[in-house]
Amino acid sequence: MREMLNTSRLLFWGGVALLFLLLPFVFSGGFSLSMLSQMGIMIIFALSYNMLLGQTGLLSFGHAVYFGLGAFVTAHAINFVEVGAFGLPISFMPLVGGMTGLVFSLILGFVTTRRPGTPFAMISLGIAEMVAASALMFTTFFGGEGGIVTNRTAGGVNWGVSYGPQIQVYFLIAAWCFVSMVLMFAITRTPLGRIANAVRDNPERAQFIGYNPTRVRWLMMSLAGFFAGIAGALSTINYEIITAEALGLMASGNVVLMAFIGGIGQFWGPMIGAVLVTLLQSALSNFTQAWLLYFGLLFLLIILFSPGGISNLIMIHLPAWRAGVVRRLMPSYGLAFLSGGIAFIGVVGVIELLYRQVAFGVPWIGSALMLLIGGFFLPRTTRAVRKVWEDLSPELARWS
Amino acid sequence: MEFFLITLLNSLSYGLLLFMLSSGLTLIFSMMGVLNFAHASFYMLGAYFAYQTGLVFGFWPALFLAPILVGIVGAITERYGLRKVHKFGHVAELLFTFGLAYVIEEIVHLIWGRAPVDYRIPDSLNFTLFTLFNTQYPAYRAFMMLVSVGMLASLFLVLTKTRIGMIVQASLTHPDMVQALGHNVPRVFMLVFAGGCALAGLAGVLGGNLFITEPSMAFAVGSIVFVVVVLGGMGSLVGAFIASLLIGAIQTFSVALDLSFLDLMGVLGVTIDPDSNWYGGLSITISQMAPVLPYLLMVLMLIVRPRGLMGTRES
Repeated sequence: MREMLNTSRLLFWGGVALLFLLLPFVFSGGFSLSMLSQMGIMIIFALSYNMLLGQTGLLSFGHAVYFGLGAFVTAHAINFVEVGAFGLPISFMPLVGGMTGLVFSLILGFVTTRRPGTPFAMISLGIAEMVAASALMFTTFFGGEGGIVTNRTAGGVNWGVSYGPQIQVYFLIAAWCFVSMVLMFAITRTPLGRIANAVRDNPERAQFIGYNPTRVRWLMMSLAGFFAGIAGALSTINYEIITAEALGLMASGNVVLMAFIGGIGQFWGPMIGAVLVTLLQSALSNFTQAWLLYFGLLFLLIILFSPGGISNLIMIHLPAWRAGVVRRLMPSYGLAFLSGGIAFIGVVGVIELLYRQVAFGVPWIGSALMLLIGGFFLPRTTRAVRKVWEDLSPELARWS
Repeated sequence: MEFFLITLLNSLSYGLLLFMLSSGLTLIFSMMGVLNFAHASFYMLGAYFAYQTGLVFGFWPALFLAPILVGIVGAITERYGLRKVHKFGHVAELLFTFGLAYVIEEIVHLIWGRAPVDYRIPDSLNFTLFTLFNTQYPAYRAFMMLVSVGMLASLFLVLTKTRIGMIVQASLTHPDMVQALGHNVPRVFMLVFAGGCALAGLAGVLGGNLFITEPSMAFAVGSIVFVVVVLGGMGSLVGAFIASLLIGAIQTFSVALDLSFLDLMGVLGVTIDPDSNWYGGLSITISQMAPVLPYLLMVLMLIVRPRGLMGTRES
């Protein structure tokens, strides 16, 4: 217990809570408030996904199923509250979503977790397709194309909160996000969390010390389903509508992107991913039609060159920071960023020109030239960066 | 009888098309242990390349050019993408192909737009081959079957009878030994990957104009191909063949059957009040359930026999 509650950890979570409290006052506009709400939902979702991929080594392509089912059941529960058939304050509705996610992941997880690795990935995809196809079949429950519409103020005023204004919804999401984050972090420190890591790394040895890998995977998947359901319920409350798209393949793929871009090796990696991806999605989609392409390219780049995601990039710089040698990295980084930036502008230029079907002319030549120059210098400058890292490695060895 | 025969023929041609896709996927999987998520994207590329080259050269050259082009794209993907990610493990490889599927779809948006393109069956094949009872059977479907069977027969011959096929088969099981004997195993991997992609591309050339050539065709077919591979047993070509025909038959027949539980109960003499809560669920017809059936079959298979029809191991 003492280990769980050491001072630095208390400070960290206190800081997170303070941040959640202060953020809506710093970014108080309507757009930024709804963005913050969306980020909170996605942080829960991405962290719950990382319980599967990062901690248990289960690559799921159907995690949105539990998010979506939780969201749909919550929507119906809120509608029942409105007609007086069911009594639960809206503040606790995420529990309904969570329990739904838990129940469905218990059922579906029983079938899918028998085989790890690639078969699991394919089977999770198949199950996701099955649920998505059923959603279009059972229109009474899923509402067909239009989805299910709810009213988040259905519960009336409880403790002075009506959930009419967005700021109240933000604080609801922030509170649930905080609680879920702490719980999910706590799970990583329990014996179950540790054994999940063992099952991820070497299922055979986990079996030898007396644990059933299938059962561990099943348990972890159920817990992940629970938190995904909470995220789904919050999304229902936030948007007051839920459509079958929420449990489709695109939604499932999205959470894979988030977790992986942020980095699955660190607990907080998916949080970065969720924030960044949400930000990019809403910001980029305003400017360009090709935002999904940029997204896919970013994902490929990260897999090719930094499979640990952004959080891993941060982690490898920590020893350098401690050793106080960051300054020596700077010149080579500057050059690499410069050539990378030129290549980036070239790529963006070519893609945008293609999308806008601009006739051949100066912009084309300029973009192609930037792409060529950047592409020529980028490998050379990254080689220089690698060289500096190699030179530093004896000094860093003492610090890491 | 007429309905049955025609649907059977249709399901056979569709099943063979599925097998062209799943055989490439299975070969790549059993060789490199990589599940190529972008496999259906190469199918889509095949259709688009055939459309584009067809505009210039006509259908017949496109039939050969498009799969070769797709094979080249596949080889580049393996050489400069997958081989780099290989050291990070299978999850990274899988995710790489997953990201690639996104990027390919977006690039198709970029070049050919979001609407379907007008990729048509060539005039030389657009006639009725024979009339069975009252239904006309299009020649193109027969042509499709012919090409599929020819392709698969030559694939089988290449794999079992030629020197290259022997090396490929040996690299499947004993890559280190093959390397020690002086063969370039990474290049064999690249060839197999390119070959699998070219097969998918050929399926795209044949399927694109029969169905519809649009950016969402990859995701629509992709998950069905995965179901086929899981059903047949991962890494088993024979299993993939049986499962392809099975899924082809299920999908074709179920779309055509307009029966529901309600009708079945009607035959048994039970009637349900249209106002009852059960009416909505029971009135769903088999054709409405068609999209779900393959996945349902897959889940059932996983419960009863997790390794699939012909699979040799559990995982």
